[in-house]
Amino acid sequence: MTLVDTDAWVEVGLTADLMTDRGMAALVGCHQVAVFRLGDGSIHAIDNHDPISGANVLSRGIVGDRAGVPVVASPIYKQCFELATGRCLDDPWLPVRVHHVRDADGRLLVRLGTAVPESG
Amino acid sequence: MAERPILAVIGNGMVGLRFLEQAVGQGLAERYRIVAFGDEPQPAYDRVHLSAFFDDDGGDLGLADECWYAANGIELRLGCRIAALDTTARTVVDDRGEVLEYEHCILATGSYPFVPPIPGTDAAGAFVYRTIDDLEAMRAWATAGCSTAAVIGGGLLGLEAANAMRQLGLHTTVVELAPRLMAVQLDDGAGAVLRRKVEELGIEVRTGVGITAVRTSPDGRAVGLDIGADAPPLDVDLVVFAAGIRPRDQLARDAGLAIGERGGVVVDDGLLTSDPAVHAIGEVASHAGRVHGLVAPGYEMAEVVARRLAGDHAAVFAPTAPATKLKLLGIDVAVAGASEGASAIVVDDPVSGTYRKLVLGDEGEVVGLVLVGDAGPFAALSGLAIAGAPAPANAFDLLTGVADAGDAGTVCSCHNVTGAAVRSAICDGGLEDVGAIKACTKAGTGCGSCLPLLDRILGEELRAAGKEVSRGLCEHFGQTRQELFEVIRVTGIRSFAELAGRFGTGRGCAVCKPAVASMFASLSSGHILDGEQASLQDTNDHFLANIQRDGTYSVIPRIPGGEITAGGLIAIGEVARDFDLYCKITGGQRVDLLGATVDQLPLIWARLIDAGFESGHAYGKAMRTVKSCIGSVWCRYGVQDSVQLAIDLELRYRGLRAPHKIKLAVSGCARECAEAQSKDVGVIATERGWNLYVGGNGGMRPRHAQLLAEDLDSGTLLATIDRFLMYYIRTADRLERTATWLETIEGGIDHVRAVVIDDALGLAKDLDADMARHVATYECEWKATLDDPVRLARFRSFANTDEPDPDLTFVRVRGQRQPA
Repeated sequence: MTLVDTDAWVEVGLTADLMTDRGMAALVGCHQVAVFRLGDGSIHAIDNHDPISGANVLSRGIVGDRAGVPVVASPIYKQCFELATGRCLDDPWLPVRVHHVRDADGRLLVRLGTAVPESG
Repeated sequence: MAERPILAVIGNGMVGLRFLEQAVGQGLAERYRIVAFGDEPQPAYDRVHLSAFFDDDGGDLGLADECWYAANGIELRLGCRIAALDTTARTVVDDRGEVLEYEHCILATGSYPFVPPIPGTDAAGAFVYRTIDDLEAMRAWATAGCSTAAVIGGGLLGLEAANAMRQLGLHTTVVELAPRLMAVQLDDGAGAVLRRKVEELGIEVRTGVGITAVRTSPDGRAVGLDIGADAPPLDVDLVVFAAGIRPRDQLARDAGLAIGERGGVVVDDGLLTSDPAVHAIGEVASHAGRVHGLVAPGYEMAEVVARRLAGDHAAVFAPTAPATKLKLLGIDVAVAGASEGASAIVVDDPVSGTYRKLVLGDEGEVVGLVLVGDAGPFAALSGLAIAGAPAPANAFDLLTGVADAGDAGTVCSCHNVTGAAVRSAICDGGLEDVGAIKACTKAGTGCGSCLPLLDRILGEELRAAGKEVSRGLCEHFGQTRQELFEVIRVTGIRSFAELAGRFGTGRGCAVCKPAVASMFASLSSGHILDGEQASLQDTNDHFLANIQRDGTYSVIPRIPGGEITAGGLIAIGEVARDFDLYCKITGGQRVDLLGATVDQLPLIWARLIDAGFESGHAYGKAMRTVKSCIGSVWCRYGVQDSVQLAIDLELRYRGLRAPHKIKLAVSGCARECAEAQSKDVGVIATERGWNLYVGGNGGMRPRHAQLLAEDLDSGTLLATIDRFLMYYIRTADRLERTATWLETIEGGIDHVRAVVIDDALGLAKDLDADMARHVATYECEWKATLDDPVRLARFRSFANTDEPDPDLTFVRVRGQRQPA
């Protein structure tokens, strides 16, 4: 098994296919990424893997905010993850990875991130 | 990028893997180059359930596959043994001579099986029970003409090994030196009950027996055991040693690390060895003079070390009193704390084959719990044993299962959190909402069934502290569900954005969005997946199926009244077979098909709809099923046609969304075979018509339904149920079932009777109209989804490929597929 080239942007679909306030999963190498578009037009990408349940489901959670911070709630046990940082607001020791995502003329591009937020 | 320092993890067993998972979670993979060594050929697997390797389908013990390691930037070197550790040079050398310089080294080398120093243990046909390789060797030996086996050791490991031998079809004898099975964890009484149950499975048990030699044939095969001068030898074809484990600490000994008196690498509370760059975790570590042989403390150690390396120097390993609940050979065995004390309550029931013991200390405090045959009381009592709490007055009833613990015992069974822990967290931490309780205690973060109870405890504590209790839905809406329902009904608003803009704040959350979506649906607002509504739905409603713990979904077609043709059953069976779905008959008289991926759901439903089925709404807070008995058509006691009425009711209320799920049942006579009095709406036939009961449920707090009206004709019955359901939908709180609603609504059932029968509030016309609109606008959500390419387009696992989730793994159990 080869490591995924973390420097490469991978096209995962059309930005227009993203529903507002709803996620979509994409496979980047063998890594699952959850991509979200918010009501303000911003796009975010975090791991699709939910570290609490162990299932690949974060793209299927409800998008909302907690005290103004945009979050997605895991559909399994409902813990909230901050979309911008990957921080888990209900268990600071279980963050998820944040990935790079951008729109290039309507194409949705993802590059695997390396940054995991500071714990605690 | 500059070369990162190396974090070397020696040992790739369950604890080693758990450390790697925690390290990834802590971001250590960014800071270190993590290199993991395992001397077995495969990555870490589930050693605890090793005997499942012999299941019919060759049980999958896999945990993380190699792709997981690669994706998280971990170098995994399998089949690679570390030959030397040099703590001065901070290097490890593998068995091929390759040298690696580390900044931190984690020893997770585990343990090796203890083999007594007697003659013959190296005979062909004598095995230890530790690895998949061991099991493969045993299987090869057993299938070459063996019929009998002896397992040395009657503890946890020995009984697991006996299970493996039984699965190989061998007549098995367990030989234990101590006078009882599981001598460390159980007392004599519990050991005796366990022994009887093990013997009932056809396994022979010999306790108080020490072996002196493995007998061998001239060609070096094991042929039996010598068990002392007074007893005849035991003739067997295969011998398994499962009599305990010893820490695998040779590498650490050679490196000069401090070793405990009884073996194991000495570690402090931070799991640091005598060298400041080497940690030890799991069965190789000796903490406070003790080596922990279970996986749970090993996992705790793994987490502590990962946290410390990430900078949390407050993280310490503080083992709690051991509490274990497991199934050995299918037998419930649960223990917490000590098995002996100053006194005890013991219930030894030879009829049911159960043994229950609550062990008390000098002051009458609970110090231990032993359960064999039925682990039911574990949830209520193990917490008390671990905390050393005073025995409650109804301890006997709790032990025998007559009483449940209420909120005095365990509130959250998933995370074993007691009501007392929740109350003290609220008071000490100044917590003011359920979210904070979840974050602080973990209660309510499992199945969620205790959330209403947490809410109630929170309300009681806040009121006791003189604080104001918000009844609002969540941080985005200060209104109660009932108030919001009126707002939506009166204003005609059908958009969440507009509702939040005018009556709330923020973007919404996982509480208010589905609640508002449900209210829109109750007020008949078109298909639940259209426009903005789709983004409001919980994943179950979004994919019109029930999410399971592995992220797959279950499918339940509607079977009105539980009546189904042979053709219908065959059609369901064919779909299940073709998609390899796990089948289970539900309590609501229908068939649950589990294990479907998102992309399979439309394909499955296209087949089911072709065969004449429609959505069963099992995924929604909605009317679920109308259960029925066979009634007067067949039954010699039946007085009314309960099946026909059940079908009429189910077709009338199908798709009706509500604050919580709604279940109904119809019994054809007073014998009540449909259990209608345990349903939200229960109908029981009388000679003169139907009696109507409301407000029953099963679940965590079972409630009997109360009689609302007697001897109704069918027309009046339907009209009364219409109004009852619509009044409930209008006025109940979010996730409040009819039973709690009847308890909390002012005036209780008399008030509800006055509203729905005597029209005391003048609402009857409105309620009738609401239901008429529901019945007229019903459509099968799945058919409407399949007919619409826009809705259908969402049913993909990934945006950029048609393949399903590649990480899903299944095992085959009793001929069906289950999550691994």
